[in-house]
Amino acid sequence: MNINLTLIGQSIAFAIFVWFCVKYVWPPITEAMNARQKKIADGLSAADRASLDLELAQEKAAQELRTAKEEAAALIEQANKRASQIVEDSKSEARTEGQKLIDQAHAEIEQERVKARDALRAEVAALAVAGAEKILEKSVDANAHSEMLDKLAAEL
Amino acid sequence: MAADTPVDYIKHHLTNLTYGKLPEGYERADGSVVEETTWTMARTAQEAADMGFMAVHVDTMGWSIAMGVLFLGLFRFAAKKATSGQPGGLQNMVEMTVEFVQGIVRDVFHGNNPLIAPLALTMFVWILLMNTLKLIPVDYIPTIAHAMGLEYFKIVPTTDPNGTFGISIGVFLLILFYSFKVKGPGGFLKELSFTPFNHWALVPFNLVLELLALIIKPVSLALRLFGNMYAGEVVFILIALLPLWIQWTLNVPWAIFHILVVTLQAFIFTTLAVVYLSAAHEDH
Repeated sequence: MNINLTLIGQSIAFAIFVWFCVKYVWPPITEAMNARQKKIADGLSAADRASLDLELAQEKAAQELRTAKEEAAALIEQANKRASQIVEDSKSEARTEGQKLIDQAHAEIEQERVKARDALRAEVAALAVAGAEKILEKSVDANAHSEMLDKLAAEL
Repeated sequence: MAADTPVDYIKHHLTNLTYGKLPEGYERADGSVVEETTWTMARTAQEAADMGFMAVHVDTMGWSIAMGVLFLGLFRFAAKKATSGQPGGLQNMVEMTVEFVQGIVRDVFHGNNPLIAPLALTMFVWILLMNTLKLIPVDYIPTIAHAMGLEYFKIVPTTDPNGTFGISIGVFLLILFYSFKVKGPGGFLKELSFTPFNHWALVPFNLVLELLALIIKPVSLALRLFGNMYAGEVVFILIALLPLWIQWTLNVPWAIFHILVVTLQAFIFTTLAVVYLSAAHEDH
């Protein structure tokens, strides 16, 4: 346990170690630690921001969804209206068309009836003439009696 | 082993490997007389003592420098590869140590000096490593050294007062330096003269008290560490004197206890050094 030069040697060694530590060991380690600290802080704030963004996005999405639903409902309503209108239109069209066809048919029938009556009337006239001829045993001059015949036909 | 009696054994284990100057005409242990002043290895404890101040404890210096280099090498290696991403095992350990020391400095040091934290780190890890050498069984290294022809070998630098005083003197010089730098020579002198009793008549009393307190700081730092380590070492040596089959019953608990002491002493030394340096930075 003698005090000797070791004392000074130890002091010098200590000084050199401290110098080396200050210069080459401490800065890179603390730098890395601080950088990591900053990274973590940044990451945390980014996560906070992201969750806020997510909330906003969700809200926006919900809103979009709502408007889309409203739009769709309006469209459907419009389409329904349109469809019923079309049905209504075609119904009335069909009705008028039908009426037209019926009217046409009535007219045709009338026409046919008139035609048939006329034909029948001519036939009856002819038959009447023929009957009269038989009765009179002589031909009736159609031309001479045409006036009477026509009057007869018209009476029928 | 050059130990015939327990006393010799203990003395042998507590003697450093000393390289020093023997004066002309000195009669060595084997009876030969030194013809002219020479630098040589001491062969006995008496020779080591007679070398006086002009001697170096080769084992203390060697092991303390080895531990310092180990510390700086390891930490420099980690520092070079330090990444701000996910740290590996070594970086984790280094960062834990750094954070521990930063915690001490933050709690204790109330100034702004970028030197203090790395200084504390150096002290803490270096002293810790030197103390840890103590857990190597007391006969291992001396036996190997003996086989290599070295008579004495004491591996724990902190059981050598030169080792602990070397560090504490470094701290003391820093205390003086920062006291002068921060307070200024006048301020420092004023602090020494007017505390604790702020009265001109008590200036001499204050001066004596404060100077004593100042000088006590490095002495207490060094002696506390040295005393704890030395006492522990002596107990280990005493246990090694017991019969082989019984040694473990005392050795194991003592070694486990010393894991605590080793860390605690490094911690105390560092913390107190930082406390003293903090006081040196306080300007009233």
